[in-house]
Amino acid sequence: MSRRKFDEMSDYADSGRDRKRRRADAVEIEDRLESLILRVGEKSTSSLESNLEGLASVLEADINNYKSKILKILSDCAVKMPEKTTIYTTLVGLLNAKNYNFGGEFVDMMARKLKEALKACMWKTARYVLRFFADLVNCHVISTNSLLQLLHTFLDTARDDNSPQVRSDTYVYAVLSCLPWVGRELYEKKEQDLERLLKHIEIYVRKRSRKHVPGLRVWRSDRPHPQEEYLDCLWAQICKLRSDMWQEKHIARPYVAFDSILCEALQHNIPPLTLPPHHTDNTYPFPWVVFRLFDYTDCPEGPVLPGAHSIERYLIEEHLHNIVKDYHLERKQCAAFLLDFPLKHKIPLEYMIVEVVLAELFHLPGPRYIEICYGSLLIELCKLQPATMPQVLAQAVELLFDRIDTMNVCCFDRMVNWFSYHLSNFQFKWSWDDWLEASQLDPAHPRAKFIIEVLQRSMRLSYHQRIAEVVPEQFDCFVPHKPVAIYKFANDSAGDLPGSNAAHRLESVIRAKGTAMEVVQVLSELPNPLRENDETDPPYNPLQIQVFVQVLLHLGSKSFSHAFAGISKFLKVFEAVVGGNEEAQMLVLKEMQDVWHHHQQMMVMLSDKFLRTQIVTCATVANWVFSKEMMPEFTKNYIWEILHGTIRKMNKHVARLQREVNEARERRAGNESEDSSSDEEEQRPRPSEEEIERMEEKLEAAQADQKNLFLIIFQRFIMILSEHLVRCDTDGRDFNTHWYRWTIGRLHQIFMMHNSQVERYSQTLSTLLFTQDLDPHILDSFNQPTTRPCAISPWKDPTPQPPDLSSDHPTAREGASTSGLQTPHRKPHLRVLASADRNDSRPLSATCFHCSKANDRGQSK
Amino acid sequence: MERNKTRSSKSLRLHSQPAYKYQSRKWRCQRTKQRRQFTKRRCHTGVITGINPKNKTSQTMSRHVENVNTKADEERRRLLKKLNFAKMNLQPCSTELSSYRDQHFKGSRSEQERLLRTSSTLYVGNLSFYTTEEQLYELFGRAGDVKRIIMGLDKVKRTPCGFCFVEYFTREESEQCMRYINGTRLDDRIVRTDWDAGFIEGRQYGRGKSGGQVRDEYRTDYDSGRGGYGKIVQQKILPKIP
Repeated sequence: MSRRKFDEMSDYADSGRDRKRRRADAVEIEDRLESLILRVGEKSTSSLESNLEGLASVLEADINNYKSKILKILSDCAVKMPEKTTIYTTLVGLLNAKNYNFGGEFVDMMARKLKEALKACMWKTARYVLRFFADLVNCHVISTNSLLQLLHTFLDTARDDNSPQVRSDTYVYAVLSCLPWVGRELYEKKEQDLERLLKHIEIYVRKRSRKHVPGLRVWRSDRPHPQEEYLDCLWAQICKLRSDMWQEKHIARPYVAFDSILCEALQHNIPPLTLPPHHTDNTYPFPWVVFRLFDYTDCPEGPVLPGAHSIERYLIEEHLHNIVKDYHLERKQCAAFLLDFPLKHKIPLEYMIVEVVLAELFHLPGPRYIEICYGSLLIELCKLQPATMPQVLAQAVELLFDRIDTMNVCCFDRMVNWFSYHLSNFQFKWSWDDWLEASQLDPAHPRAKFIIEVLQRSMRLSYHQRIAEVVPEQFDCFVPHKPVAIYKFANDSAGDLPGSNAAHRLESVIRAKGTAMEVVQVLSELPNPLRENDETDPPYNPLQIQVFVQVLLHLGSKSFSHAFAGISKFLKVFEAVVGGNEEAQMLVLKEMQDVWHHHQQMMVMLSDKFLRTQIVTCATVANWVFSKEMMPEFTKNYIWEILHGTIRKMNKHVARLQREVNEARERRAGNESEDSSSDEEEQRPRPSEEEIERMEEKLEAAQADQKNLFLIIFQRFIMILSEHLVRCDTDGRDFNTHWYRWTIGRLHQIFMMHNSQVERYSQTLSTLLFTQDLDPHILDSFNQPTTRPCAISPWKDPTPQPPDLSSDHPTAREGASTSGLQTPHRKPHLRVLASADRNDSRPLSATCFHCSKANDRGQSK
Repeated sequence: MERNKTRSSKSLRLHSQPAYKYQSRKWRCQRTKQRRQFTKRRCHTGVITGINPKNKTSQTMSRHVENVNTKADEERRRLLKKLNFAKMNLQPCSTELSSYRDQHFKGSRSEQERLLRTSSTLYVGNLSFYTTEEQLYELFGRAGDVKRIIMGLDKVKRTPCGFCFVEYFTREESEQCMRYINGTRLDDRIVRTDWDAGFIEGRQYGRGKSGGQVRDEYRTDYDSGRGGYGKIVQQKILPKIP
């Protein structure tokens, strides 16, 4: 580089650096302001009041230079750190007292924020803005009247008959949840207005429908603690607060100290706001039932647990839930923050944390985060607070065990999974002797079942001998079998069994690393017991399948890897002896069960492998689960693990095809509109119309399979349940047995876990299966909005949506409104399953045999 | 596979005093040399990949945010991050890469870095020799769908030697595993998981001299889950027993 050029460049760089430095200074100041505002209220050597006063004067000095930045930070903090609401309202109050215009601008900004949040369905943000406004009344920034006006605007939705209940619920909840902050102030200044407001709310709360509640409850029973819906519970808490003259003890109110400054400030009015009308695309928060495990008698030592209807319980719980939400990605920090709760000395914190974490774990229809998130969080809490936490958790497990009789089956499963995981982290140490009584119970009793399933799961995380040693000997009836393979053609006993010779030959062929061809050759020597005369060829040979599956699983019994390798190696043989025949596929599953019935996990893994390799179809697995042979296993957890895994796989498959079709269509549309092709588009060639059509056909087929799968499952459920009811009726027995409750519970679980997919086919289901002539007990489980939360009218748009005219393909319409891309409110808490980008699996497919495709297609049009 | 050769210099220092007492001087010299090389290389990679140690956290945070997807959450996370700085001295995020780099990796540093940031394979260490594949499927299946598990084997004896690779179907699932399973127990041992660039045939075998993992060569403590004393100590003790 020439010297001249170099100098020029350095000149240029210099001036640039200068500018940069000035900019850097400004950025630095802004950063400092930001950090000061963010951190106010944290532990510090001086008092909060003096910190606030100091910060207010710092900000006041900088207001002219950095006004927009300060406004932005403050409004962000107001919404995003709801636990520090009162601190920021005090700060805004102090600033308003010094600079009236700034206060006005801030209120305007927050009002804009509220409006945007309501428009974008960000209900939590909207709630926090409303709460902030309420608390600004305490700081003399906002006039009482204008707040009341805003609250009334919110409440108008409750009287609006055209708005779905879930919308009104959301607005009423926002109003109720801000009352703990401003209740006292309103009571002192505008008692009559407040009473009028409460009257409105009361009328609304009384008349609203509660049809959805039973399905969202963790326990069927209200003993010992009532399981209330969230809005009912908050209303009861607010009523209690009212009867306490709006005195609450939880919220720290730093503005009280500045009363003399604040009361001189001028107040602003919130700009009038019109609520955005209900729109069919709007999503609203899913309702929930408040989880109550403890009351004050459960924690005899230390501070008293606030009662279920005291407002403190609500405030603390909300705060704890927020901590879990904020830090769920870092379990160690999350545990530390939970245990470092600001008012930890005034409440029995461990109890409240356990209740909140378990509430999240048992949340229905599904937990917010994956189950192991809560499991590992509880382990972390026990590690951090070893003196108290494990005891409280043990007490919680005792209570859960006591109340397990009426527990929702979804929660039962989650509890089994969590508890076994927890035990495996603490050497399986548990006071098993306390549960000795359970050994006298009917094995189908929920308590006995719980122990059986926990030991099963624990064994999966450990080994048989350990589990057998860890429990008292009275539990021998519960200890799972040693997970060994049972090989039919073992040398000593199986001499006369048909196929025994072939089996032994096959063993040596496979051991000698024989090829698939050689295996088929050995199998072809077997006679077909189905053959009656020589003319017709039976579609499959059961003896071949038996010998092959038995030998293959026997030889691969050492580990999953061995079994998987064997299956992969002899896929061709499976194709030859099983093919697409459903009965033959069923036989494969039966033989698998025969070999491995002492090893549940192996069966789960193998059936998964069979599905992935397309040896069996989803529909076959469903039919197998409900088959006569599986009846003794029917209420065991692993069976449902298999069935839900099957449904999940099918759903993922459909979702993936749907995504591919959508992408292809988008790409095509995108290319047509703008001809300039960038690099990316060159790499992915524009799909032709035929290609898209082919993809759509594939999707259509997959959706038919999916619908078919659900039809099979529900039809089988209806069959076995009706049979049970009829049999009990003729025998004059009570139908309400353990078996019946488990089975109904499992039916509910399918609705609950796969609700958005089931919902898609609800029309077909109600016309084909859940018809009015069905026994009301079974029909209830379908019609109850509880088990199909999405079917609850308020969550669904009451008016039928006009068909999407933009797409002319029949499945496109069904698909667009349903699969893959459901609106969040249909399935708000269920973990969105990640894309099924399976490299090793070919696409799943199932033959459609129960319902006619033509019929379904007619319906989708 | 062997993971001990190059730890971060800090953890090396922690271990070196008691653990390497029995080793020959020659070996110790070798270790020091390696350590020096490693620190050098670390600086070097910093330049290549443009990772300034200070920026590292912010990068991983932003990667993090992608999963959370809404803009509001992003904003919130940024705010919270600032708070964390103040409150907790910022613990490293649990899905971040550790300082360990496999020295047998075939390919460039940046290639390795890229793979580590995108792979959905994890190395799992500190397992008991007795832990079975079944147990691993059960535990790791709780974080997501496991694509495959490859047990680590003794090069000579072909028996499990206390490590494995877990491959998930997606990156998200393996991140869940890093978050929630790393540091918890299996068979009463604390399981350690770390990102891996992806399994290659041959890596399932221990890289120690006597077939197992290198850490089991030099260990001086008695670990019943991993074949008692370390291999070298065993050789020193054994002759004394008549």
